[in-house]
Amino acid sequence: MQTKRTIFGSKTLPYLLLLPQLAITFVFFMWPAAQAGYQSFLQEDAFGLRTTFVGMANYVKLMGDPQYLNSLNVTWIFAISTAALSIGMALVLAVAVDRMLKAGQAYTTLLVWPYAVAPAVAGIMWWFLFNPTIGVFPYLLDMIDYDWNHSLNRVDAMILVVIAASWKQISYNFLFFLAGLQSIPASLSEAAAIDGAGPVKRFFTIVFPLLSPTTFFLLVVNVVYAMFDTFGVIHATTEGGPAQSTNILVYKVYEDGFLSLNLGSSAAQSVILMGIVILLTVIQFRWIERRVEY
Amino acid sequence: MVENRPLLTFLSHLVLLLGVATVAFPVYVAFIASTQGPNSFMSGVIPMLPGPHMLENYSAMLQSGVSTSGAPPLGPMMFNSLIMALTIAIGKIVISILSAFAIVYFRFPFRTLAFWAIFVTLMLPVEVRILPTFKVVADLGLLNSYAGLSIPLIASATATFLFRQFFLTVPDELTEASRVDGATPMMFFRDILLPLSRTNIAALFVILFIYGWNQYLWPLLITTDPKYYTIVMGIKRMADVADSVPQWNLVMTAVVLAMLPPVLVVIFMQRLFVKGLVETEK
Repeated sequence: MQTKRTIFGSKTLPYLLLLPQLAITFVFFMWPAAQAGYQSFLQEDAFGLRTTFVGMANYVKLMGDPQYLNSLNVTWIFAISTAALSIGMALVLAVAVDRMLKAGQAYTTLLVWPYAVAPAVAGIMWWFLFNPTIGVFPYLLDMIDYDWNHSLNRVDAMILVVIAASWKQISYNFLFFLAGLQSIPASLSEAAAIDGAGPVKRFFTIVFPLLSPTTFFLLVVNVVYAMFDTFGVIHATTEGGPAQSTNILVYKVYEDGFLSLNLGSSAAQSVILMGIVILLTVIQFRWIERRVEY
Repeated sequence: MVENRPLLTFLSHLVLLLGVATVAFPVYVAFIASTQGPNSFMSGVIPMLPGPHMLENYSAMLQSGVSTSGAPPLGPMMFNSLIMALTIAIGKIVISILSAFAIVYFRFPFRTLAFWAIFVTLMLPVEVRILPTFKVVADLGLLNSYAGLSIPLIASATATFLFRQFFLTVPDELTEASRVDGATPMMFFRDILLPLSRTNIAALFVILFIYGWNQYLWPLLITTDPKYYTIVMGIKRMADVADSVPQWNLVMTAVVLAMLPPVLVVIFMQRLFVKGLVETEK
């Protein structure tokens, strides 16, 4: 690992400096994670009196549990739709701002602030807009004879949480796309223009391929966001319903562990989720090592 | 821009105006709803123009809250959020800059191990270890306290990386000169590194303040006493009034107040915000 040529010689000082960070890391991160790992091999009886070691039983049970498999499925659909919707919208907006000479800054300001809105608050706002009795969108949808009801219809509920989750993420993706676009040398597009390529052709043959590292990075970040940071969206709106249709993995861990106190199963779910985060983090950091620089 | 195409420019403006409208629409509706009286939400569709009850709603919510749902007033809840956000932001910056200093400017046994231990926190978000973390906090007696709300969230790999990256770019000559002048490590840290890190600290502060303010799951887990509710988690309880229709005008007043501080921070410190966002992801 990289260090300085000139360093200080103290023997104890570096440990003292690291102590607060490492203490918190150990007490509130590693210890609980290890506990989850340990718990996932145990099972408590109905009265919480006796715990027995059950090996992989909790995991095996999860893999055969239709509710858990449904939750995996729902999480995938939710994460991919959220990532696709927010990345797509952000790309269009970033390309448009990149064309602006003067107005770009003003548009940027108007587009970035939703980043600061908490997912739960975003959820409540969209919940209100889509309220089946008084909401604006159900009112408009009613004109084309669509009866919107996210508390009964599984698809409606999913659409609602996807919109609420991606609304907030657009500004983040927008900023990264804009930075990516501005780092592409103008000479490339100019050369293509002289060769007779129109704006659309230039976008698909030059700009978009050069943006692909940014797009891939954002895809990973958005999937992580949708899987782990959207607990608030789900909890504040659908609470996993109707009929488990928006019960993403993170919400299910909370529901099974904190509300139903099914410790073994919740711990096993935690361990699986940790595996997923580790995998995604590794992908993200490997990509950064190989980042294409222009 | 490569060539002048008026049609395309017009189209870009159109797309952007639509984008801005889409992004702003939910907030506009929330604001309008917060200016209405309770009867505007009984039937029909949400009103689209401001009503006359704005001051009444805001002062009622700040001072007394929704009495029927037993939710506390918003003033104290916003104060709790502020304390939590500030403690998290300042705490993360302090412990991260110290660890980065140790990792970059000293050579000692287990240095790499310490670095990886900090890195691992990235892979263990609260969401994946809800129950055991709750248990640790409960065993330490930190439930329903400001310490419990903030300390467990203070470890930060991203902030440590950011400072490490930055320290590696600080010229060695500065360190050499300080050593020649007889500065101790902590004097070098205070007089040279801290002033040089000012912009990074400010950028990080903006990002971390937003992060702290917007915490939801954590306060939900560890506060049962309304005295410690934060505004972002408290809204849910207001919207949840089981036995009656939620009082949308009051809920939306709370929504507007909950997002106002972090949104203002982003708008007024946009340059620092963008810097912080882009750099912490490296």
